[in-house]
This record gives sequence, structure tokens and C-alpha cells, in this order.
Amino acid sequence: MGRTNSGSRGGGRHTGPAVRAGDATRGDAGPPPVIQIRRVTKSYGLGDATVHALRGPSDPVTGEPLGVTLDIEQGDFVAVMGSSGSGKSTLMNILGCLDVPTGGRYLLDGTDVGHLDEGQLSLVRNRKIGFIFQSFNLVPRTTALAQVELPLAYAGARSAERRRRALAALSLVGLADRSGHKPNELSGGQQQRVAVARALVTAPAMLLADEPTGNLDSRSTEEVLGIIDGLNAIGRTVVLITHEDEVARHAKRVIRLVDGAIVSDVRQGPVAGPPPAIRPELVGGRS
Amino acid sequence: MILWQMLRFAFGGLAANKVRSALTMLGVLIGVASVILLLAVGNGSSVAVKDSITALGTNSLTVSAGSSFGGARGASTAKKLTVDDAKALASSAQAPDIKSVAPVVTTTGAALYGDISYTPGSIVGTYPAYFETSNQKVEKGDYFSNDDVLNARKVAVLGSTTAKQLFDTEDPVGKQITIGGTPFTVSGVLKTKGSTGFNDPDDLVIAPLPTVQNAFTGFGSVNQILVQATSAETTTAAQAEITQILMGTHALADATKLDFRISNQASLLTARESTGKTFTVLLGAVAAISLLVGGIGITNIMLVTVTERTREIGIRKALGAPKGVILGQFLTESTLLSVLGAGLGVLAGLIGSHFSIVGIKPVVIPESVLAAFGIAVAIGLFFGSYPANRAASLRPIDALRHE
Repeated sequence: MGRTNSGSRGGGRHTGPAVRAGDATRGDAGPPPVIQIRRVTKSYGLGDATVHALRGPSDPVTGEPLGVTLDIEQGDFVAVMGSSGSGKSTLMNILGCLDVPTGGRYLLDGTDVGHLDEGQLSLVRNRKIGFIFQSFNLVPRTTALAQVELPLAYAGARSAERRRRALAALSLVGLADRSGHKPNELSGGQQQRVAVARALVTAPAMLLADEPTGNLDSRSTEEVLGIIDGLNAIGRTVVLITHEDEVARHAKRVIRLVDGAIVSDVRQGPVAGPPPAIRPELVGGRS
Repeated sequence: MILWQMLRFAFGGLAANKVRSALTMLGVLIGVASVILLLAVGNGSSVAVKDSITALGTNSLTVSAGSSFGGARGASTAKKLTVDDAKALASSAQAPDIKSVAPVVTTTGAALYGDISYTPGSIVGTYPAYFETSNQKVEKGDYFSNDDVLNARKVAVLGSTTAKQLFDTEDPVGKQITIGGTPFTVSGVLKTKGSTGFNDPDDLVIAPLPTVQNAFTGFGSVNQILVQATSAETTTAAQAEITQILMGTHALADATKLDFRISNQASLLTARESTGKTFTVLLGAVAAISLLVGGIGITNIMLVTVTERTREIGIRKALGAPKGVILGQFLTESTLLSVLGAGLGVLAGLIGSHFSIVGIKPVVIPESVLAAFGIAVAIGLFFGSYPANRAASLRPIDALRHE
């Protein structure tokens, strides 16, 4: 469940009508949002050369950027859309704790990640976030099983436990029989499915997918999106960044970014229900 | 993460670039092998020098005419050494540490056997004590005796080179050769000592002193007096006694203005030993530099590896790899390079030390093996830490963006 900061300073953030309406559909007793970002800005460069990659609306009086404010509820499936340069990658990096915002606060699963040091951030990335990248980003020369075991290894899991959970995750994406293959022995779609298995193996609070289908053909795209739909249907929070409407169709909520500010926030389906584009035969995993 | 996994990652990383890893290891290998081998060669040469000097006899002293201080004024009035000096040394009651004395004259001349003419390196006239003092042993025949000396018999002992030149495969013992018109009967042939440099110690003819004086040099001075002390420990005492006695016979009062010189093998030994040490240190330094260069090779290749795998580092960081794990992974990789290189280098050094190098049989110093290995591994850790630290400090966002 979310809201956009479309009002002026102080006014719209907490008491806007959209927020009230959103809360009403969900009820106040629900779990706290997985992601709460408050007036987050990100800028590069100094002085006149400053570029605001993430700015939110401008203050009507001073013209200063007010920053982006956004909540994402547990179990939601959010697509962040925008053309290149719109700030969606910056938002994704901040959400993934890969980059730190210039200003504002970011609470992930109730933890303020703004005050964490390098070591704690790596722990957060390991435990709370599962990344899926456009270019798969598998570790070269490593078997699929070892890829999926990697986050568990960094988390300090025991060997047998690692193996069991990694195999379960690979079965969930339908690649149990490919566990001994290295990235160069897998097709693009299979590589991305290994990446999905790797992202979900630690049972993170959020799956963060950056254009997961950007490098895939249409059949693999359907496969990967089907898996993501399935994961959301069993309760995983998914944030997906894309510029394709076809992909955004799968999300329950679509946020559009233009020039570093949220311009629209459309709900396509309820947080509690299954994702709108799910194909029923995929629910419950494939093995 | 556990060590085993880190080792597996490191092995995988090295195996991914086999040629590169092998060349880097080769750098360390050469460094370690050259440290071990060059130190062994230096050590071997000083052992060889020590052995050859010990073979000469550490308790022999050589007295020769002339001032020990080059520019001494009394040089024109200096007395030459004579047979009388030798007799004084031999018979003096003041010299309990002197075992034997042999005056020596040397000359040159052509020797004839049949129609073969050969000029030996030197013709030595002396007493039988010379053989023991200068560590000369006969292989065939016999030495000449004191009786031969007293009767000035025309007998000669040949060095092995001279014997070979004159007689080739014939047995020289009992044959007659002519040196400078004087016929000599060959009584024996000396054992080969082997060359220690440009001088061939086996190219000589030794005959009784009066015979040589009679035929060539005349009954004047002698070139040297060879003195044998009773033992290696008494050479210093014997040296003092010789000085005392010769100052008496030469009527000298001032011990700083001697007209003779005494040298002993022990001082020669010390001098050669220190030369040998300098030699070893120099060789070791050159080898250490090559080890250092090998270490820089590791840094270089690890920097390339880190750059090349920046994206992989980014992925690992995004998956939650702590800084220490990345640091450990690259450090393990560089240390593995140096350990493998050093291990092979030790092997190469030990194998290489079985062959003689420029005529020197290398003698491996065990400490040098341990030190070279240890230093190489430490170099791997040290030179690997900079690239590893660079990898670990990469920001995940930058590392992921890296193409």
C-alpha cells in the first residue's frame, strides 16, 4: 500500500486523501510497510552542476526538491516505470541498499538503513533483499547450485542446510535438474531463473528486480514473470523496475517516475489478492 | 565463510586464467629458486676454498725476503734469506714450535726427455721436508731423501702435469731427463692437486736443493723458507719465534723494519673466507631482488584480476558478502600464487643444487630454503593486500556498474 507525496511540505505527506483511502481498504491492523521512504533525494555533483536524480516535487516557495516519499506494503507487487533518466535505477539502488540517499530517511522492514555502516549494510542486503538484475549477474565459473548457495554461505549457513535450501529454491524455479550447470551452459532464461532462485533462497523481505526481462526473449520473459507472479502469490513482496507496459501489467500497483519525481501511482489489484496477470497453473511452483 | 570455500574460490580464480597464473608463479619460482641456488653456490665456493686451503696445510708458514712494509727505507741494505737462516731456524733451541724447515729456490728451464722438450712452470730446489709442509704426495716412485740432498744427487720428483707432458703414458720413474744440461733421474711423480686458478700446481720439477743450486742458481740466497709448525694452533707462536731468530741472524733491532715477510695459511684462509662471504652476500642480494620482482608481479596480476572481476565483486557484495570475505578471497588467491610458486621454487632450487655450476658444487644452506619460502609467502600476503583491499573497498553500486 502506498501513497505519493504530491502535496506541499507538511500537508500531503500524512493527511492526504489518497492515504486515507488506501488505509481504509487495507485496515489499520495490517503489518507495517516493508518499505517506508521519506523525502528521499539523490543528487550528483556540486553547486550549479548538481543533478537531482531523485528529487520529488519542488517546494512551491523556494523551488528546492522535497524528495520522494513512498510506502510499500508487505505482499505487494509494485512496478516502477519510467523512461531512462527518470530516476528509476537510482530509486532501485537506494531501495537495494546499494547506494545511499543524499537526503531523507529509508526504513526497510522497520530498520532505518541510513545509519548503518558498510558491514551492517551487507548484512541487510544479505538478509532482507533479493536482487534480480537485467544482466542476470551470475558469478562466472560457478555452478547453479553454488550460485544459489552463495547468499546462504555469506549468511553463515551450514553446508547441508545450504544445499537443502538451494535445491528447494532451484526446484521452485524449475531448474533442479540443472543444478550442476555453469552460467555459460545455461540459456538466458535459465540464467535469469537461477538468479531468481538465488534472490529468494534467503527468504528476503523484498525481491528487487531491475528490468528482469530486459535481456530475454518473449518465451523466457513469460517464464520468469510467471515465476515472479507465483512468488508474489505466496506472499513475497516484489518491486520490479521496467519500462515495458507488458511487464507492468503483472504488477498490483504501478508507479511512474518522470525526472526523479513520482507522477502517477495506479493500483491494478488488491495487496492481499493474487497478482492480476497470474496464470493459475503456475501457482505453487513448478518442479 | 569457511576457509575451505575460500580456497576453492581462490583455486577457481587461478584456474580461470591458467597462463597468467602460471607466469606469475614463474616469477616467484625464479625468485625463490635463485635465492636458494645462488646462496648455495656462494656457500659451495667458500666451502671449496676452505677445503683447498686446509689441504695446503694450515700449519705451514712461508718466509720470504723483502720488507713486509712496501716502502721501507732499509730495502737496499736488506739481507736475502740464506740456507744458513734455514739452518738457524731448524737447529735453534728457541723454536720449540717449529717442526721442520725447508729452504726453497725456484728457477725455470727446459726439460728434455728423448726428443721431447718441455718447460715446466717451475723448478724447485729444496729439502725433503718440503713435501710434507706443502702437502705434496707421490703417486708413483718415491720422494728424494735427506741423503740425496747431502750428496747433491741428480734426482727429481715431477709434478703430474710435467710428467704427462714429457712422458705421456710412459712410466717416468727411473727414466733420465735433462734440465739445462744436467741429467736428472726421475725418482717419483706427485699426485695431481688440481688447478685452483691460473696457476697449475702440478706443473713443476722438485729436486734436492744443492743440486739445483749447483746447476742453476748458485750457492747464494734462497727464495723462500717453508716452515712447518708443530700444529695449526702453534702457528702464531712459531711465527714469533721465526721473527726472533731471523732478527738475530740478520742483525736487526727494530721489529718494525724487518727485511723478511712471514705469511701463513691461516691468514690466507681468513682472507679468502671473508671474500667468500662478500660473494655470497652479493649473490643473495641479486636473488632477493628477483624475489621482490616476483612479488611485484603478484601485485600487478592481482590488480588486473580485481579490475577484471569488479563486476563479480559487485554481485557478491549485492548478495551480502561482507568486506572481510572479499578481502579474504583475494588475499587467499595471491597467497596461493606465492605459496605454489615458492613451493615449486624450492623444488627447482633443490634439484638445481645437484648440478655443479661454473665449476662450483653448490651446498644448500637449509635456513635459506626456509627463509626464501617464508619470505615469498609473506611477499604474496603483503603485495596481495593492496589489490585485495582495493577489491573489498569497492562500493557495490560502482562495482555493479563496471563493464
